[in-house]
Amino acid sequence: MSLSSAPGVSSIADQLDGFRADLLRFAVLQLRDRAAAEDAVQEAMLAALEAAPRFDNRSQLKTWVFSILKHKIVDLIRRRSRAPLLERGVDESPGGIFDTLFDEQGHWQKDERPADWGDPVKTLENARFWVVFEACLNHLPENTARVFMMREFLGFDTGEICQEMAITPTNCWVVLHRARMGLRLCLEETWFDMGEKPSC
Amino acid sequence: MLNCKQATELMSQEQDRSLVFKERLGLRFHLAMCGGCRNFHRQMAFLHEACARYPDAGTEENNERKAL
Repeated sequence: MSLSSAPGVSSIADQLDGFRADLLRFAVLQLRDRAAAEDAVQEAMLAALEAAPRFDNRSQLKTWVFSILKHKIVDLIRRRSRAPLLERGVDESPGGIFDTLFDEQGHWQKDERPADWGDPVKTLENARFWVVFEACLNHLPENTARVFMMREFLGFDTGEICQEMAITPTNCWVVLHRARMGLRLCLEETWFDMGEKPSC
Repeated sequence: MLNCKQATELMSQEQDRSLVFKERLGLRFHLAMCGGCRNFHRQMAFLHEACARYPDAGTEENNERKAL
């Protein structure tokens, strides 16, 4: 198939190619199967290429190809979840990893009280924030990140996540909680470093 | 009475399941008294919103940096 047969298409193909590494990293994390991930990314890129003339900027194109990929991954996971897979388990981080944030009564340590993150709209419009956000996501333990992204990026409910990961609902909530604790702590330390701590 | 650690667990879980009445009540009561947990509550909503938008603004910046 020739990608350069129509005017403008080759530059769109180039743009899509620039997203390939990010798409593949996400697909490999979710599918745990390099070949299946590469196929899914390839299909998503081709589907996006067909729709590409409708897009006039990079950001839209990226959102589009990412949403195609998300749907493909959801399909693949749903289809294969009938067959149990080996090597499951999500307990990479010890249970008490965030215990030091709290005192013996389970209240926030003075220095660890969550800060006011200010205006969320302004933050989400800041391109530099997204670099930090992605770095913090990548900082999560692999299976924790996988469960979190199944929930928040792919929209699976916890029942489906339990089935795919072969864990109990309680375990699933614990993992999701750890992911959110890890992500917020990373963001608070690297992005929202604002001194003033509230009283509790 | 909930402590902050239990409150944070409920604030995370309320994104994944419906809390029962007793949990909602306990959480509301705790939040009324605890500024740190009120901030945490807003942070959870923020994380959810950021994930919903990803990668809209997300890796655009990364790609521009890579292209330089």
